[in-house]
Order: sequence, then C-alpha cells, then structure tokens
Amino acid sequence: MSVLVYTESENGTFKKTAFEVASYAKAVATQMGTTVTAFAVNANDVSELGKYGVDKVLKISDDSLKNFNAKSYASAIAQATKNEDAKVVIVSQSADSKYLAPILSVGLEAGYASNVMEAPTSTSPFTVKRTAFTNKAFNLTTIDTDIKIVGVSNNSFGLVEANGSATAEDFSPSLPAKGVTVESVDRVTDKVTIADAEIVVSAGRGMKGPENWGMIEELAEVLGAATACSKPVSDLGWRPHSEHVGQTGKPVASNLYIAIGISGAIQHLAGINASKVKVVINTDPEAPFFKAADYGVVGDAFEVVPQLIEKLKAFKASNA
Amino acid sequence: MKILVCISHVPDTTSKINFTDGDSKFDTTGVQFVINPNDEFGLTRAMWFKEKQGASVDVVNVGGPETEPTLRKALAIGADNAIRVNTEAKDGYQVAKEIANVVKDGGYDLVIAGRESIDYNGGMVPGMIAEMIDANFVTNCINLELDGTNAKAVREIDGGKETVSTSLPLVIGGQKGLVEESDLRIPNMRGIMMARKKPLTVVEPIGASVETTTVKFEKPAPKGAVTLVSPDNLDELVNLLHNEAKVI
Ligand SMILES: Cc1cc2nc3c(=O)[nH]c(=O)nc-3n(C[C@H](O)[C@H](O)[C@H](O)COP(=O)(O)OP(=O)(O)OC[C@H]3O[C@@H](n4cnc5c(N)ncnc54)[C@H](O)[C@@H]3O)c2cc1C
Ligand SMILES: Nc1ncnc2c1ncn2[C@@H]1O[C@H](COP(=O)(O)O)[C@@H](O)[C@H]1O
Repeated sequence: MSVLVYTESENGTFKKTAFEVASYAKAVATQMGTTVTAFAVNANDVSELGKYGVDKVLKISDDSLKNFNAKSYASAIAQATKNEDAKVVIVSQSADSKYLAPILSVGLEAGYASNVMEAPTSTSPFTVKRTAFTNKAFNLTTIDTDIKIVGVSNNSFGLVEANGSATAEDFSPSLPAKGVTVESVDRVTDKVTIADAEIVVSAGRGMKGPENWGMIEELAEVLGAATACSKPVSDLGWRPHSEHVGQTGKPVASNLYIAIGISGAIQHLAGINASKVKVVINTDPEAPFFKAADYGVVGDAFEVVPQLIEKLKAFKASNA
Repeated sequence: MKILVCISHVPDTTSKINFTDGDSKFDTTGVQFVINPNDEFGLTRAMWFKEKQGASVDVVNVGGPETEPTLRKALAIGADNAIRVNTEAKDGYQVAKEIANVVKDGGYDLVIAGRESIDYNGGMVPGMIAEMIDANFVTNCINLELDGTNAKAVREIDGGKETVSTSLPLVIGGQKGLVEESDLRIPNMRGIMMARKKPLTVVEPIGASVETTTVKFEKPAPKGAVTLVSPDNLDELVNLLHNEAKVI
C-alpha cells in the first residue's frame, strides 16, 4: 500500500504544483502510516521529489507522451496505482490533471474529490474539505470507495520540505489508443500563467482602455506576477479571453491578488476569493471590493500604480 | 447526427449561498435557478450544428421535478426534446452513470456538457460519461468543428490553447468560446410557446450508486475589515505586504 501522486513536468522540469501535490501526498501518507510513490512522465531529474517526501518515483520515458493525452496518462496512472497497490491517488488541479482525473476515476472505480483545500480531516472515513459554489462555500465530503482520488487546489497546501530522498524505477505501462491527437500547441512561454502564479495583478474597466495596460504589465513584471482582468474587459476586447477571471472565467487561488479599477461584483469575487491576500486600488471608497479585500487604497490607479511600481522596485533593490 | 446537451440546474450567479438541515443542504429559499453558464454555451453551439449541419438536439438533466423550468428554458432556446432522469443528483459519479445510460439508450453521437457546474464545481461529469461510454473526450473546449464523424476542437490549457483532432462519438466539456456571449440566445415568446408543446420525458433512474457523500457545508469565515492605506503612503503598503501579509 502507498499513496500515489502524479507530479507534472513541462519540458522535463517539474512544475511547482508537482512539489505541492508531493507535499500533500506526504501528509496523507503520514496520516495513514505509509509511503509516497510519485508518477512522473519524461522528467529529467526526479531526485528533487525526495525533498518533498516522495520515497519512490515511477519514471516513464516515452516520446509518444510528449504531448499530454488524458486517456493515455489516465491509463498509465491506473496501472501504476494497481502495481503499487495505492489506495489514495493525488493530482493537482492544473488543466491537464483536471482533464485526466474523471477518466482515471472511472477506470479505477475510485471516488474523486476535486478542489480540495486541506489535508484530509480523517482518513477513515476518508474526509476532505473542498470548495463548492465557486468559492462561496466549502463542502466537507467523504470518499467512500476503496481507492480515493484527491484533486488538490493549486496554492492551497503549499510546499512542505521533508528532507528525504527518492529512489527511481523505470515504468513502462501499456498505452491505449489515444483517441484525441494534438495538432498544435499555442502557449505563451515567457509569461507566468494565472494557474501557476503566486501573485496575480488584475485590472478592470476602471483602466478606461487597452492603451493603459502598460502600467499593469509593468507592475506584474516587477512582482513576477501573472496578469488577469475582469469580464467586461475581455468582453470589450481590451484583453484576451484567457485573462478573464471570476465565476465564469478562470479561478484564481494565488497568495496575493491585486485588483485595480475592479468594482468587486459578486461574480468576480466568487472566482478570486480563494486567493489568500487581496489588495484593492479603486477611486470609489464604496466599491464592494473593499469589503472583500485585506488592504485597500482609495485612489486613482493612474497615480497610485506608477508610484507603487517605483516603491516596489526600490523595495526589491534593497532586499536583493 | 444526434446531440445530447447536459443541463445542470444551478443557482443564479448573484445568489446568496446559505444552508439548511444542519448545514447539510443548500437553502433554495429565494434563489433563482438558471442553466449552468457553461452549459448555455454548449447548448447554443448545439443549436448551431442543428441549423447549419443538420442535427437533433436533446437536453438532459438528472434531478427532481423542480428542475423542469430550467429544461423548459432549454427547449425554448431551441432544443427538440428534454429528458429528466427522476432522481436527486447526489454526486458526479451517480449523475454521469445515469446520463451514460441515457446516451446508450438514445444512441447519441455527440454529448456536450459544461467544463464545470457553478454549484458543485466537480469538473467531473463529462469526463466520467466519456469513459463510461468509451467515447473520445475534450474538456475546457473553446471551439468545436464537425466534418462527418471527424472533429476538430480547441482546448484551453494553462497558459495557452491546444488544437486537437478526434472523432465521434465524442463528449465535450464546454465553456465560453464554444460560442461568444453575444451569440447566446434568450428565449423569445415564440420559443416559449413552442417549448410548452415539446416533449419533456421523465425517465426513472437506473439507481446508480454514489462514490462520495457530502457530510456538511460550511461558509467561509467572515472577513475582517480592510486595512486602508493612504495613496500618499504607499511605502506602508509595501511594508504591510512584506512584513504582515508576507506575500512579497
Ligand atoms: C452571469 C454573469 C457572470 C459573470 N461572471 C463574471 C466573471 O467571471 N468575472 C467578472 O469579472 N465579472 C463577471 N460578471 C460581471 C460582473 O457582474 C461585473 O459586471 C464585472 O465584474 C465588473 O467589471 P469591472 O469591475 O471591471 O467594471 P466596473 O463594474 O465598471 O467597475 C470599474 C471600477 O473601477 C473604478 N475606477 C474607475 N476609474 C478608476 C481609476 N482611475 N482608478 C481606480 N479605480 C477606478 C470604479 O470605481 C469601479 O469600481 C458576470 C456577470 C454575470 C451576469
Ligand atoms: N444533475 C445534472 N444533470 C445534467 N447534467 C449535469 C448534472 N450535473 C452536472 N451536469 C453536467 O456536467 C457538467 C459538469 O458538472 P460538474 O461535474 O458538477 O462540475 C455540467 O456543466 C453539466 O453539463
């Protein structure tokens, strides 16, 4: 018996979420008195996983898996689960992991809880706290099947170092027909994505027009943050749809969310409420965002943001 | 071609979320229910296939009689038939199993569901259906074109998008982009009148089991008051973010 964790990599390098789900898996394994086995596809250096509590890594090296394929990956993880006799499988909530988890769930006849925020409150019955109603509530749920799948929300558990070391083992599962073939991938590689970002700088209609986004981009750059926007901003075509966050856009669960010229409508807040610290910059002290934020500046973004950029640059220079 | 669109009946996005029965049940008092936004995009894309390429469009919901107005709305938008599987939806697995059975019985070629429901946020029903009926599956789908039994789809990935080719039978987890918001249809008077005469078939469940059980719901702890910083004192904001919040 062990806890199996799918540790995602990109171009051979583990994503930060891989270390987060490994940390989570370690916590579950400790609660259950067992070990952690990671499942890694085409990763270069798997030894790093030891640092986050992984005891053993099943390494797959296969060129046909270079592009993500939910069916092949789910099948390979199912085979690894059976080989290891794992009773708990941990995945992240990246686009890819969310894609494969339901397929895996049916394949393993394993109950799946998504958007899980914390380590299980109990492992028998296996009970987890997940978000529901788009962050307006939590749902305490038990997974009642023999094997359990837990989808851990990004940035919810954090990284926990365990100072261990991991052994590596080659693993060659038999792969099913793909069914879905990737024709082309169009990915921005030089920018932090909203899903991975620890800090998100988001702006709304208060910015008046797309020509004013230079300062938003600059603030994001100084902070190493991803940029996002409110729905009307993407509807107006000021920013790409991929930046639209909120209840009907992308969810944000960053450590810091800075909202500039965003009123804080309920649909916007629902999607970003899982962020830990929220800062609002808005001219209107009555804007609903002030009720949801931790820190607020009542002021004009066109004055506040350029000044904030300078202050942060100075802060970075003195802390470098 | 036969298309089935899965319709989740969810509280309107402005709803206040409260619970009853010892925090075990969603409190529907005063709540207005709507078609799950992601499903609305899927339904509109299905209507496009019907009008441009020839297809029949059925809608399905797993739920009690209270979901019928939402199914009627889907009929008013243009779906041909509605099916309600008469059982309370308890978890994603049970819902998927019931819908998979409807798909098998009805011989559908394409099943369009939403990427995620805005109430349960499971993100699981479409993928589970696909695996249960051995169909291809694309989620986070922001574009879908069909040519005979071949399909081309665009999927949103973290930091970009990906174009894929696949074939029917196919299950889609759809979202905005499948059609634009400006193309969403609001039922008109004629649609509403016609919807009254369209079939809404109630089928009994196969009695699928559940894999997960809700113990209770909780609301987030009330937030403390915001700390205001003067626009003339932004050093203080940097200081608070660094020393108090420890996020920079
Ligand atoms: C079904 C449905 C789903 C929705 N889903 C989403 C969603 O997922 N995400 C989302 O964001 N919205 C969503 N909305 C829309 C939401 O209700 C709001 O309309 C939207 O969030 C408002 O965007 P905004 O704050 O950018 O614009 P506004 O509401 O116009 O607010 C602009 C703000 O900027 C401030 N401002 C103006 N000038 C300045 C200045 N110089 N400096 C600083 N501040 C300034 C103003 O005081 C104001 O508070 C949804 C709506 C519906 C009906
Ligand atoms: N009770 C239900 N009846 C019909 N379709 C549903 C139901 N629940 C979920 N779905 C479909 O599955 C999608 C994803 O739901 P979920 O897995 O709950 O996030 C929704 O957008 C719907 O298309």
